[in-house]
Amino acid sequence: MKASRLGRLGSYLALTGLALLFLAPLAMMLAGSLKPNERVLVEAGTLAAFLPVGASLDNYAAVFERTDFLRFLFNSVFITGTIVAAGLIVNALAAYAFARLQWRGRDLLFNLVLALMILPFEAIAVPLFYGASILGLRDTYIVQILPFIANAFSIYLFYSFFIGLPRELEEAASLDGASTLRIFFAVIVPNSKPAFASVAILSFLTWWGSYLWPLLVTIVPEVRPLPVAIASFYTLPPLQWGDILAFGTLMVMPVLAVFLMFQRWFVRGVASSAIKG
Amino acid sequence: MSAPNARRRLNDQTAVGLLLAGPAMLGLFLFILAPFLVALALAFTNLRLGSPLPLEFVGVKQFERIFTDPDFLRALSNNLLFASTVVPLQTALALGLALLLNRGLRGTVVFRTLFFMPVVFPMSLVAVVWVLIYAPGPEGMMNGFLDLVTLGAWEPRDFLRDPMLAMPALMLLSIWQGAGFQMVILLAGLQQIPEELYEAAALDGAGRWSQFRHVTLPQLRNSLVFVVLVTSILAFRLFDQVQIMTRGGPDGATTTVIYEAVQAVFTRQQVARASAMTVVFFLLVLALTWLQRRLARQEREIG
Repeated sequence: MKASRLGRLGSYLALTGLALLFLAPLAMMLAGSLKPNERVLVEAGTLAAFLPVGASLDNYAAVFERTDFLRFLFNSVFITGTIVAAGLIVNALAAYAFARLQWRGRDLLFNLVLALMILPFEAIAVPLFYGASILGLRDTYIVQILPFIANAFSIYLFYSFFIGLPRELEEAASLDGASTLRIFFAVIVPNSKPAFASVAILSFLTWWGSYLWPLLVTIVPEVRPLPVAIASFYTLPPLQWGDILAFGTLMVMPVLAVFLMFQRWFVRGVASSAIKG
Repeated sequence: MSAPNARRRLNDQTAVGLLLAGPAMLGLFLFILAPFLVALALAFTNLRLGSPLPLEFVGVKQFERIFTDPDFLRALSNNLLFASTVVPLQTALALGLALLLNRGLRGTVVFRTLFFMPVVFPMSLVAVVWVLIYAPGPEGMMNGFLDLVTLGAWEPRDFLRDPMLAMPALMLLSIWQGAGFQMVILLAGLQQIPEELYEAAALDGAGRWSQFRHVTLPQLRNSLVFVVLVTSILAFRLFDQVQIMTRGGPDGATTTVIYEAVQAVFTRQQVARASAMTVVFFLLVLALTWLQRRLARQEREIG
């Protein structure tokens, strides 16, 4: 749509104003993480909140002294990374079987997958927690990873993509006598990069920020991921806002960097979550 | 190809199909379907971890209890209040952002990136940072901001300990964190609307507002229905912000269904009671999903 000059100016003004409101909490976090602890709260209500006057990395040093930050980071990366990587393989293989192979029980199982898509995690959290407790699996990695690898929505996203691929790709390989598994890895996977990227990004966003489940099943810091770690660092006396903001900045930096590098893929991934209902 | 061969091929695919789908289906059975069925069953028992009472089937007693429990009823009404406020506000904001970004202006990608940025922040981090933003007294950022925009007329408030303001405070940060997600979905929807529709409308003498009402909104309907559904479900899942910022307080002003369920199972070991609460939660989600499917289907029949 073409906009008039006045309309364009108005749009820019609106966008800039909104962008400042969206950015304010982030700018405050970054500036506060660099300021002396006692200044953070005192200056939060003024424009000085956004200016790192007297900047130093002391708060960052304090984070590493007061917490096992690198351990939490490793836990988050390991847990989320395993869920995403294993999920890509397991769910894509299942989706391929649903989209392309003829087998008994297929339609029944696929309808089950569609039905399970609407079950939010919270609806099953209680029995899962109960099960983890009686099996003695609390405070382990496995209880934070295994239940989330198979995912109905991921299967559905892969399925929608595979259904749209031209069959000729596979038929040529199949005439050469390639096995189904070989066709999948040599033909389907290289032609489905957007689907893999979307599923990877959506499941990363879901599990990276996951809070309820690790809060329930972990007590020891050795296996706790970052989202739970920052909440418990915030309740750890003495309350030092500079340190907390430094923890937050450290925790979000790697993800923010990945997001800024691949933001087109993030946007595409999120947009693809809305395909039909 | 002869018939037995064809049958063997079919059988072969059954084996391969089960093999490929097997791991995922096993996971879905063990960790989603089975726990869900267990939750349904537990809701009709008296199960409590470490209780000396024998496990018994108690019928709908847990449901009777939670529906006469003022805390749970408060939680339910809080979720409804949260949904009925956040869903329209957040959707309107996301739609506004998407429309602004869809005008073909330079720098659109930069703005889109900025608005989407909070989405990659874990909610627990957002909650902790916003505790500082809502700090009581004139030195709090929100108090300072409101003082600025009201030209000094604002009396500093303790947002998170004020029964009237605690819930709106949670709503605001949830909108801030989630609007970018919806914006991206609506923007994708806007970009799929054929330019010819606008040209035709303009030829018919339709103004901006009329184009928006008669072209944009109907064309965007499925995206809007989807966004509204997802945000409504999120409103009923509300937990992280509550647990970190207010613990359901002050005086139950911010407690939610999931927060009550977690309290029941985690601090009081009431597995059966918590299961009953999550069953109620599931029925709400189911109703919302059913509504969305109906609305989306209607559109398909008309269109």
